[in-house]
Amino acid sequence: MPGWLMLAMVLVVAGAGFWLGQRRAAGFVAELGTRVGVVHSRPNHHGWFVAAAAFVPALVVIIVWAMVGDRVVGAAVEAELPPGTVPEGSLERVAFLADVKGVARGTFAAGFNPATEAAAAIWRAVEGRYSLLAGVAAVALALMGALWALTRLAPDFRARTRVEGLVMAVLILASTVAILTTLGIVISLVFESFRFFQLVPVTEFLFGTQWSPQIAMRADQIGQSGAFGAVPLFWGTIFIGAIIAMIVAVPLGLMTAIYLTQYAAPGFRAVAKPMLEVLAGVPTVVYGFFAALTVAPLVRDLGLWLASWFPLLDPDTVTAQSALAAGLVMGIMIIPFISSMADDALTAVPRAMRDGSLAMGATTSETIARVLVPAALPGIVGGVLLAVSRAIGETMIVVMAAGLAANLTLNPFDSVTTVTVQIVKLLTGDQEFDSPKTLSAFALGLALFLVTLMLNIYALSVVKRYREAYE
Amino acid sequence: MSEALTAAAPAHGRAAPTEWGSREMQGRLRRRYAAEQRFRLMGIGAFLVAAGFLVILLVTIVSAGWNSFRSAEVQVPVVLDPVTLGVAPDERDPERLARADFQAAVAESAARAGLPPFVVSDGGWLAVRERLASDPSLLGQTVPMWLTAQSHIDLLAKGAFDLESDESERAVSDLEVETFRALKAEGKLRLVLNRHFLFGADSVDPELAGIWGALKGSFLVLVVTLALSFPVGVFAAIYLEEFAPRNRWTDMVEVSINNLAAVPSIIFGLLGLAVFLNTFNMPRSAPVVGGLTLALMTLPVIVVSARAALKAVPPSIRDAALGVGASPVQVVFHHVLPLAFPGVLTGTIIGLARALGETAPLLMIGMRAFITSVPQGFTDPATVLPVQVFIWSDNVQRGFVEKTSGAIIVLLLFLLLMNSVAIFLRNRLEVRW
Repeated sequence: MPGWLMLAMVLVVAGAGFWLGQRRAAGFVAELGTRVGVVHSRPNHHGWFVAAAAFVPALVVIIVWAMVGDRVVGAAVEAELPPGTVPEGSLERVAFLADVKGVARGTFAAGFNPATEAAAAIWRAVEGRYSLLAGVAAVALALMGALWALTRLAPDFRARTRVEGLVMAVLILASTVAILTTLGIVISLVFESFRFFQLVPVTEFLFGTQWSPQIAMRADQIGQSGAFGAVPLFWGTIFIGAIIAMIVAVPLGLMTAIYLTQYAAPGFRAVAKPMLEVLAGVPTVVYGFFAALTVAPLVRDLGLWLASWFPLLDPDTVTAQSALAAGLVMGIMIIPFISSMADDALTAVPRAMRDGSLAMGATTSETIARVLVPAALPGIVGGVLLAVSRAIGETMIVVMAAGLAANLTLNPFDSVTTVTVQIVKLLTGDQEFDSPKTLSAFALGLALFLVTLMLNIYALSVVKRYREAYE
Repeated sequence: MSEALTAAAPAHGRAAPTEWGSREMQGRLRRRYAAEQRFRLMGIGAFLVAAGFLVILLVTIVSAGWNSFRSAEVQVPVVLDPVTLGVAPDERDPERLARADFQAAVAESAARAGLPPFVVSDGGWLAVRERLASDPSLLGQTVPMWLTAQSHIDLLAKGAFDLESDESERAVSDLEVETFRALKAEGKLRLVLNRHFLFGADSVDPELAGIWGALKGSFLVLVVTLALSFPVGVFAAIYLEEFAPRNRWTDMVEVSINNLAAVPSIIFGLLGLAVFLNTFNMPRSAPVVGGLTLALMTLPVIVVSARAALKAVPPSIRDAALGVGASPVQVVFHHVLPLAFPGVLTGTIIGLARALGETAPLLMIGMRAFITSVPQGFTDPATVLPVQVFIWSDNVQRGFVEKTSGAIIVLLLFLLLMNSVAIFLRNRLEVRW
C-alpha cells in the first residue's frame, strides 16, 4: 500500500470522525439549548477533537513507516534470499539493496548485479505484505482513536480546550523549526570542519597563503594533505565583495536614495522605486551571465588598453575573469539594497531637523550633506554592513565571472577567487567523501557563516539603536 | 586691531556678510546654487546609472535570447524505405514503426539530396517518426519534410555570424556558409517556432536543448517549498506575534529567524548536503531535497512578512472578538488571520519568487546534473531553471549562448508574473486601517 493511500484512508476516517462528532455535539445543543455553561464547546470543536484523535496517532504510524519501512523490507528480503546472494561488506550490501529497490519500483531498468532481477520480485512481494500491514495498522489506529473520542463526547466535555491545546502545540512546534535550522547549520558546519581541522591545522587554514586543494586528490604524493591556506580566498572575497562592489554601490545607492527621497516628485518616485525593486529581484545567475558575457570582455579590453599606457600594469595579468568585472556587476546588484536601506534611514530623520536647516537658509544639498546624512549615518552604515555581508556571501556572480586562481593581488584586472567559488568548485562534480578537499568546503562555509553572522548582528544592532534614537 | 575693525566697516568699500545686495554675497549665492544644481544632477545621474544598467541588462539578454524561440528547419526529401528503416514493407503496427531506424533513413536521404552531414540535426529524425506515426501509409514513399537543422546552420539562418569576416575569425567554416547560402537560395530553409526549446529537456546539441525539463523541475521544487514553508512559516508567525510569552526562548527564536534571513544561500546548500543527503541518504538531484532546502531558506522571509501582516491588524478587532466570548485561538483563526491573509500571501509569493531564482544551494545538492528527461515525480533527478541557465552558460558551444539568454527570458517572465500577482494582491485585497 503506497504512502499516499495510507494517508488518504486515514484522512477519510478523520473526516468521517469530524462529521460524526459534530453531529453528536449538535444533538446536545438541540437537546439542551444554547444557554451558557450547559454545553461547553461548540459542535465544530467536538468534531475536530474526534478528527484529531483519529489522525494524530495514525500519522505517527505513517511517518515511522516512511522512515524505517525500506530498512525493514530490506532486512526481510535479505532473510528470504538464498544465502550468498547479498554481497559481503556493508557498502556493497547497501548498494545491492538500493538496486533491488530501484528495479522493484521501476526507477532503474536493471541493476548491476544479475541477482537483482529475482530479488526485485521478492522485494515487491515483501514490500506489499509489510506496507499492507502498516496501512492496516494506521487505519485501525485511526478507527480506534475516533471511536474512543466519540465515547468521550458529552455536553460538559471540554473539547475546545483539548483542540486548542493541540493547536498551540502545533504552533510552538512550527516556531522551533527556525531554531532547529540554525542548530542544523551550526552543527553540520562545525562537525565537518572539526574533521577537516584534524587533517589540516587551523593555523595553516587561517594564515597560510597557498591554496591548492587539488593536490589532495592524490594520496601517494608528498604533502598529500594539499595546501589549504585560505588567505588568498579571504582576500579575494574582500577585494571583490567589500572593496570593488562597495566602491560601485555605495555612492550610486546613496545618491539614488537621496535623489528619490529629497528631490524626486512623488509621481517619479512611484515609478522609480518599483524599477529599483525589479533590479533587486533579478536572480543572481542572470547577473553572473551578464558579467561573464558582456562586462568581462569589456573590462579585459579596458585593462589591455590601460596596460599599453601604463608600464606598471603587466598585460599578462589582465584576464577575462577579472576581479573588476565580478565586483562591478556585484556592485550593480547591491545598488538597490543600499538604496533601500539609505531610503529608510533618511526618511527616519525627524522632519523638524530638515525644516530647521532649511529655515536657517541652507540649500537642500547643504541640508542633506550637513544635517540629514550625518543624522542618518548610523542607519546608512548599518545598511552598508548588511550589503557587505550579502556581497561576500553572494555565489553565482563570482562563480560565473571570477576565476579559480587563488591570487594575492591588488590588481583589479587580475583573477582572484572567493570563498563561495571554492565551495561550489569543491562540492560539485566528483566528490570523495572524507577527503580534506571535500571537508575544506565546510570549513570555508563555517568561516563564511561566522563572518556574515557577526556582520549581521552588528549591523542590525546599529540600525536598531539608531531607530530607537529617533522614536 | 584697527585693521580688523576697518575690515568690517562698510565705509571702506566692503559689504557686511549679511548685505544681500553686495557682490560678494551674490557671488556666494551663485556658487551655492551651482553646488545645489550639481548635487541634484549627481542624484539623478546616480539613479540613471542604476536604471541604465537594468535597461542594458534586459536589452542584452532579450536581444541575445529571443532567437532561441525560433529554429531553422531544412527541407529534405525523406525516403521512407522499409529496408533502411528495418521494418516490413507493409508494417502498420504503430509500436514497431516507432522503433524503426529513422536515423539511418534521414542520414541516407540527406546524403542522397546532396546535403553535407552537418546540415540535419541528430534529432531531425524525430519529425519523421511523428509524421509516419500519423500516416503509416507513407511507408515506401519519398516525402519532402522539414527537419531540424544543426546548430551552425540554425545560427547562420538567424544571422548570428559576421559573414564578411575571415574564416579563421568566426566559428563557422566557409563550407558551412556556402551550404547555408545554397539552401537559402533554393528556399529549402525556414525559421519556425522552436518546439525543442519549449517542450524538450537538456541535450548535448544546442538545437535540441529545451527548457521544459528545467521548468517542470522548478515547479516541483516550488511545490515542495510552498507545502513546507507556508504552513510552518504562518504558524510560527502566529505563535510569535499572538501567543509567545516574552522570555529567553522566544528571544532565541526571534534572533535565529532574523539571522537565518541574512545567512548566505550557499550555507543552506551546505546544510542540505550534510543533513538531507549525507545523513538521511535522500536522493541526489531530487526536487524533494531541493524543495526542503529552499523551504528552510524561504521560511524566515515568510515568518517576517506574516508577522508584519498580523501586526497590522488593529487590536480593536482582537478586543471585539474577545469581548463577545471568542477564545484566543478563535480570535486568531476566525478574525485576525483572515484579515491579515492578503499580506501573508504577498510575503509568501515574494519568498517563492526568491526561491525560484535561487541557484547556489541547489548546486550543492547535486541539481547540476545533465538530465535529458523531463522529471515525472518528486524523487526523479531534475534540474531547475536557474541551474539550467548556469549549466548552459558554462557550455562552450556557440549555440548555447542564445539558449542561455532564452532560458533567462523565461525565468524573468515567471518572476515578473509572480511579483505582479503579489503587487496585485497587495493593492486589491489589503485593508488599510
